[in-house]
Amino acid sequence: MTAAGATVSTGITRPSTRRSYPTAWWGMAVLIMTEAMVFAILLAAYFFLRAASKEWPLGGIEVPKLKLAVPFSFVLWGSSIPIFWAEAGIRKGNVARLKAGVLLSFLMGAAFLAYTLYDFDELHFGWRDNAYGSIYYTIVGLHALHVFVGLAVNVVVQLKAWLGRYDRGRYASAEVFFLYWHFVDVVWLAVFPALFLSSHLR
Amino acid sequence: MAVTEHPAPPPVEEPELLELWEDAPGLPGFLSTVDHKRIGLRYIYTCFFFFFAAGLMALVMRGQLARPNSTVLGPQVYNELFTMHGVTMIFLFNTPVLAGFGNYLIPLQLGTRDMAFPRLNAFSYWIFLLGGIFMYSSFLVGKVPDGGWFGYTPLVSRTFSPGLNIDFWGLGIVFTGLSTTVGSINFIVTIFKLRAPGMTLNRMPIFVWSMLVFSFMAIFAVPAVTLATGLNELDRLFGTSFFLPALGGSVLLYQHLFWFWGHPEVYILFVPATGMISQIIPTFSHRALSGYLWVAGALVTVGFISFGVWVHHMFATGLPPVAMAFFSGASLIITIPSGVQFFAWIATMWKGTVKLTTAMLFAIGFLLIFLLGGITGVMVAVLPFDWQVTDSYFVVAHFHYVLNGAVVFPIFGAIYYWMPKMTGRMLSERLGKLSFWVMFVGFNITFFPMHILGFLGMPRRIYTYDNGLGWGGLNAMVSIGSAIFGLGTAITLFNWAWSRRRGAAAGADPWDADSLEWATSSPPPHYNFAAIPLVASRHPLWDQRPLPYAESGEEPETGGLGPGGAVKRETPVTSGIDTRPEGNLEIPHETYLPFIVAVGLAAMFVGLLIKGAVVGVAGIGLAVVGAVWWAWRTEEDLAPSERTPG
Amino acid sequence: MLNTHGPEARTVSGVWWLMFALAAAVYVVVAGFIVIAVLRGRRTGRSKKEPKDDTFVWLGGIVAPVIILGVLAVVTVNTTQALRAAQDGELRIAVVGKRWWWDVSYPDAGGFRTANEIHIPVGRQVDLELTSDNVIHSFWVPQLAGKVDTIPGQVNHLRLTATEPGTYRGQCAEYCGIQHAHMGMVVVAEAPVDFDRWLTRRSTGAGLTPTSDLAARGEVVFLRETCAGCHTVRGTQADAQIGPDLSYFGSRESIASNTLANTPASLARWITEPQSVKPGNLMPPTTLSPEDRAAVVAYLEGLK
Repeated sequence: MTAAGATVSTGITRPSTRRSYPTAWWGMAVLIMTEAMVFAILLAAYFFLRAASKEWPLGGIEVPKLKLAVPFSFVLWGSSIPIFWAEAGIRKGNVARLKAGVLLSFLMGAAFLAYTLYDFDELHFGWRDNAYGSIYYTIVGLHALHVFVGLAVNVVVQLKAWLGRYDRGRYASAEVFFLYWHFVDVVWLAVFPALFLSSHLR
Repeated sequence: MAVTEHPAPPPVEEPELLELWEDAPGLPGFLSTVDHKRIGLRYIYTCFFFFFAAGLMALVMRGQLARPNSTVLGPQVYNELFTMHGVTMIFLFNTPVLAGFGNYLIPLQLGTRDMAFPRLNAFSYWIFLLGGIFMYSSFLVGKVPDGGWFGYTPLVSRTFSPGLNIDFWGLGIVFTGLSTTVGSINFIVTIFKLRAPGMTLNRMPIFVWSMLVFSFMAIFAVPAVTLATGLNELDRLFGTSFFLPALGGSVLLYQHLFWFWGHPEVYILFVPATGMISQIIPTFSHRALSGYLWVAGALVTVGFISFGVWVHHMFATGLPPVAMAFFSGASLIITIPSGVQFFAWIATMWKGTVKLTTAMLFAIGFLLIFLLGGITGVMVAVLPFDWQVTDSYFVVAHFHYVLNGAVVFPIFGAIYYWMPKMTGRMLSERLGKLSFWVMFVGFNITFFPMHILGFLGMPRRIYTYDNGLGWGGLNAMVSIGSAIFGLGTAITLFNWAWSRRRGAAAGADPWDADSLEWATSSPPPHYNFAAIPLVASRHPLWDQRPLPYAESGEEPETGGLGPGGAVKRETPVTSGIDTRPEGNLEIPHETYLPFIVAVGLAAMFVGLLIKGAVVGVAGIGLAVVGAVWWAWRTEEDLAPSERTPG
Repeated sequence: MLNTHGPEARTVSGVWWLMFALAAAVYVVVAGFIVIAVLRGRRTGRSKKEPKDDTFVWLGGIVAPVIILGVLAVVTVNTTQALRAAQDGELRIAVVGKRWWWDVSYPDAGGFRTANEIHIPVGRQVDLELTSDNVIHSFWVPQLAGKVDTIPGQVNHLRLTATEPGTYRGQCAEYCGIQHAHMGMVVVAEAPVDFDRWLTRRSTGAGLTPTSDLAARGEVVFLRETCAGCHTVRGTQADAQIGPDLSYFGSRESIASNTLANTPASLARWITEPQSVKPGNLMPPTTLSPEDRAAVVAYLEGLK
């Protein structure tokens, strides 16, 4: 026991050579897991209610219109592209690209949010009318809330960029925001077909 | 008590370090600390306050049920008590107390200086505390939740429970769920990113494994209960119709959501409890845990399977037979990983040298009790049997064998095992053993007869029963047993209070244990380790003598390893798989922000409760301001490479 | 539950004894291992080397449980199928869980309604159609069958057969609010001849008339006071369905969901102070002069 003890292998304190994400990025990744679960469960609830009712949408509500939904969905999904571009830029220390990419993404996200609010205004039913209204408003509204939070953080990142708090190797909070924004887009990739497209498949 | 001394860490100016890390004295330090050990102990003490409160409720209920047609309590008070007993034990004791132990122990066991997000850690405690106060304030206004801890709708809908009672419950669950989620995120990142160099995944103490599984399960399960109670609150407060059948809602949807969390929750509680057992048994068997990989694998497997069994709480709701057969099968299979752990513990003791300390007695008591609880668990997975015993006292007996016997006994064992580390004082072994035996005997007198009462047809949650049913004798016995059990827990409470002043000094490693928390002094200094230990074994304190400590290297990534890192209030970040240094994480100074944000959120929930828009909006405003301020100031410790030098 | 009087309950009882035998064996063996390990472990010398006990772990922890669980799985599937199968010639009875009583009706017998007392013929399978229009309850008569919940928005079925005549008590098993504890009922199993006579008389008659002057006065009081606002007595103007149907109240064994025996004295108490008998229940107290009270009691007790 005394002599047979294990010895520390040499080199375990040598720095890792792989590129690493900051701990906050990992924290955001786990937060996204639980958030994804929230949406997954809500969508499951949507289909549960749908399976349990004879008509869908309930109470003669018309199926969601696609005319505006489709283009604006693509605007939202597309808003991830400038983020990728901005990330590649800041990785090389290009703050100007970060600013431009984040701004473009903001405009696209804001356009989508504006569409969502417009759509809510146009709907002929409220969330108290029946279970369809409740689940529809809850899911789309929760997603819109996420878009709104994303836009708010977007502004913070833009502000930090202007204040010169980012440079090559110093952009962790921006990285965390990037991850979050991609998540907001990916969620819509699940919500849109479930709520908008599937109602047209009958 | 044999005290094994490990060589002291490399010399540093300890007084200087202590001063550097010291919290402000008094209330400011109390409100602003981010030290994982202070927070962990706080969790544990707060939880035990709730434990004794809920225990007293149980004793009062047993006073009512001791004799038939008793009028000690009326139906309303009884219903409130059993609701709050369950709510407290699940949401305010069992879950957070395990998080408390995890908080205290995980950074020590991993050989690091704090959690990955110390401020978030403080935040999750404040939310838990305020959530508990929120729910308990219902006693002050006389609107105590009375819908049962799993509050089935429509009983908890606005139509059938118009009062604030249910809102205290529903909003409180959403609120405390936030605490569990935040805490779990913190555990996961800490475990993956802050392990000492050399502590690869297959060298982590089993307790760390168990908290990792706990956290992942919580991450995936808690959203379900948040939505179950949250959507119900939307129905109640804002008039939506998720669970109103007349408007296309479904009451079974609520049950699915609730139990999708509810059954994993049982394992969320049970897994860390077995993790504690897997630390205690090897230490007092003086032998490494048998089948380490089998046990770690079993924990992970339980985590997965537990998401496939929720419907066994709903066997009497008229679901299609095929669905029920599937869930019945899954519920049978989930016993297998527990069986693996069982035989690993037996093998460890079998080949080791068993020393019957109090902690070990609690572990053995746990084995004998959980064995029965597990067996009755298999029984209730068998459909036709479940139809007969579900919602009867048989089930009450079963889940107390599991949640009280198999979770509370390990927690008491953990108190005897780790409290010396936390306070620096040994608990009395004589009082401890007395406490164990009184609890063990009282436990079985209390809960064993409940199986028979279930067979005799006694449903759960009835505030009284008729004389002619023949349930009186057993109920009297149960009530006497509960008093004995309560006395046993009180002995430990006394033991704790006594040892705070009179207990023998513990020394760094009173049990000759193997994991890293025993390498530092008792209680550990705020910075845990002046220099980070280097790990080469699953049992560093047994196999690595003397335990080697790292020195700070030249590179920025390794600068935090040695005492120099402690001076800079840093802790090293390592790569998730092979634990190579990646950089340093700055341990933040004390801050009021977590407290402020938590108070803001609490105000928001109060606003929802009383439908006071002003309070609610003010609360949201406070929380948002606090969070933005927090995010702004966070910049410097976001990334290891981000800090400005100096 | 072990004192069973129907094939459904008996099947479960059989499952139980099989499981009990297995459980006892498992408990003795494993607890034996634990005790021996502890005792044995107290003497041997110490060695902290990484042990190689994997065989023991997977034999005990995986192989043995798989065998036992396999047996149980087969039993589960077999008995489940047996329990839920429908038979020809079932008697349908509709049961609605109320707060906190049971509304019982016989759809095949002109919808005759009663409450808290379910008469069934011995030897014939009964199909209980269970639902609720309020909160969730669970129907449980331990000596005859397992539980099935009554859930608003859906109809669940419970099939049971009584093999011997007798009165079997049942109770709500799903917590349903303040008086969950006093939501009892009885199932009265009678010979088929007796059952048919019982049902025919009630389902075809136009309702009972008071049998004495006192009872006649009671009917007047019943219709004048708040009673008729909630209850039905067939053949009178009282046709509200908030509370139990009282058309044949006098022949029932108990009052207030099996809380009190059906005697004139306890009925008088129930009418005037229901909130002390069953605190929190939905029946308001009725203030009556002693004479009126006696009259109402005579009227209701005469409805049989």
